[in-house]
Amino acid sequence: MTAGAAHTPAELLAVMGARQLQDNTAVFAGVGVPLLAAVLAQKTRAPRLTIVIEGGIIGLEVEPGRLPISTNEMRGGRRAIMLPSITDTFLFAQRGFFDYGFLGGAQIDRYGNLNTTAIGPYERPTARLPGSGGANDIISLCREIIVLTFHERRRFVERVDFITSPAYLRGDGSRRKAGLLFGKVTRVVTNLGMLGFDEGTEAMRLEALHPGVTVDDVVKATGFDLILPPRPGTTDPPTEEELAILRKVDPERRFIG
Amino acid sequence: MYAAASARAGQRRRWAFFSSLLGGSVELTDFREARRRIEAKRRHGGDKLTGAEEAARLVQDGDTVAVGGCLFSRTPMALVREILRQGRRGLTLARNLTCTEGEFLLVAGAAQKIVTSWMSIGLPWGISKILREYAEQGKARFEEWSHLGIGLRFRAGAMGIPFLPTLTMLGSDLMGVTGAKTMVCPYTGETLCLVPALFPDVALLHVHRADRSGNCQIDGYPHMDADIAKAATAVLVTAEEIIPEDEVRRHPDRTIIPGFLVDAVVEVPFGSYPHECYGLYEADFEHFTEYVAGIDARGSAAVRDYLERYVYAPKSYAEYLGLFGVEALLRQRRFARELVG
Repeated sequence: MTAGAAHTPAELLAVMGARQLQDNTAVFAGVGVPLLAAVLAQKTRAPRLTIVIEGGIIGLEVEPGRLPISTNEMRGGRRAIMLPSITDTFLFAQRGFFDYGFLGGAQIDRYGNLNTTAIGPYERPTARLPGSGGANDIISLCREIIVLTFHERRRFVERVDFITSPAYLRGDGSRRKAGLLFGKVTRVVTNLGMLGFDEGTEAMRLEALHPGVTVDDVVKATGFDLILPPRPGTTDPPTEEELAILRKVDPERRFIG
Repeated sequence: MYAAASARAGQRRRWAFFSSLLGGSVELTDFREARRRIEAKRRHGGDKLTGAEEAARLVQDGDTVAVGGCLFSRTPMALVREILRQGRRGLTLARNLTCTEGEFLLVAGAAQKIVTSWMSIGLPWGISKILREYAEQGKARFEEWSHLGIGLRFRAGAMGIPFLPTLTMLGSDLMGVTGAKTMVCPYTGETLCLVPALFPDVALLHVHRADRSGNCQIDGYPHMDADIAKAATAVLVTAEEIIPEDEVRRHPDRTIIPGFLVDAVVEVPFGSYPHECYGLYEADFEHFTEYVAGIDARGSAAVRDYLERYVYAPKSYAEYLGLFGVEALLRQRRFARELVG
């Protein structure tokens, strides 16, 4: 990185993720960097952002040093507006009340599908991962889904071994044909740049680079052919204020690295 | 309460046969049979207060056991501990997010199948190495649903119906590994995912307060406990505190699970420890870190030693809590008060 204040890749993800969220909306966030990004947005550009986590907590207001580690624990429940059952929490999403879904992922493919279940065959995986949790539901039911993930060749694969959380499946409208009528994955935020999806083929395309990153850096870190624009934009680097807030929220650097 | 348990075994064998004819990987209980099981039970009245050891005897080999709470929140640890001590075998664990209790049941040889949406402790502790060992070596079966998928399975069970339609899980590979079916909506023509009801043989729950009839109050997040209690044939509850029925009747709006769902209730302060109980004690993260460090060094052998020390050796729950020490318990109680107060 050549511009802006020094920061970790996770901080960059959180900052760029936070900038995607508008005020007076609701975001269903996974714990870790997605939740951190949502909290940053709430403390900067979106003070009336309703943050939801899947353990059944709606309207989190995180205090510095008290970022929830899990989807259901007392750090999250404090000053929430509602603690519904887990099933009812997800049903708010199915009904269409949640504007954004915020997810991480272990493996992601050309069509944005995420794998957090298994590397290799499901029955005898070479590496078992924890599983869907609410990720499948968030990507299936929220209105606009934003994926936050580190940009590495081993993560950005041609086809994920297991579709835990479906984005555009095999492209060309296959998501809709499977019955996923409402949500769409609009952004993949990585530590190298901002990506989106081609409206026709639904394949991933590069949209902008973070300061100091080249198109070649992105291509080298991607295991499939990305759609490349002739002149990708450049994002504004993280500000001192954004980084200061992140470091205050996560003083033990559990998630910001 | 024991009649219900013995009636279950024969019925389960029969229905396992019928569901195998229906195909798919998912093991189902027919909703008509599930209803008959509830009607066959003496449901109302009676003093249900008992000990953890006696309550856990309602669990039989081969049962599908649903565990309430979520991850490291309100896990019924005292009951899990008794089931392990009684050497149950062939259990299926059903839980929304599975934590250390799933590792205990696998390593002890009590459960060979886990129905869940996620398993590990949490991000700071990495991916469960026990999950990895048992999945990668084919030593246990993992039936993975989405979190809402498993929630709606409990809810369909709670409603006494065979399935619920939903818009989740569609298009994903979870459909294949669970055998979940789809249908074309007869009203709109759209494709719907159908999740089958889950009727556990036994539910294990930990709540804040209950009376001797089993009327339960829960503070903070309710997780899926109310649905699980309604879906299960037998319901075993541990409560931090047993309260008089009069207190329940003064605040009937706080009853989340009515006593007529419950078969046994046990008073167990710190009954979820080292997991948390909302407002009363914080999960013991340091203990998790120590536990995981053991697994990192020695794999499932470390869990076997842990079970020896924390499950088999201590003869009572008080003795078990003594291993953590009064100071730790008071510290975790103080943390909880700070976080919720």
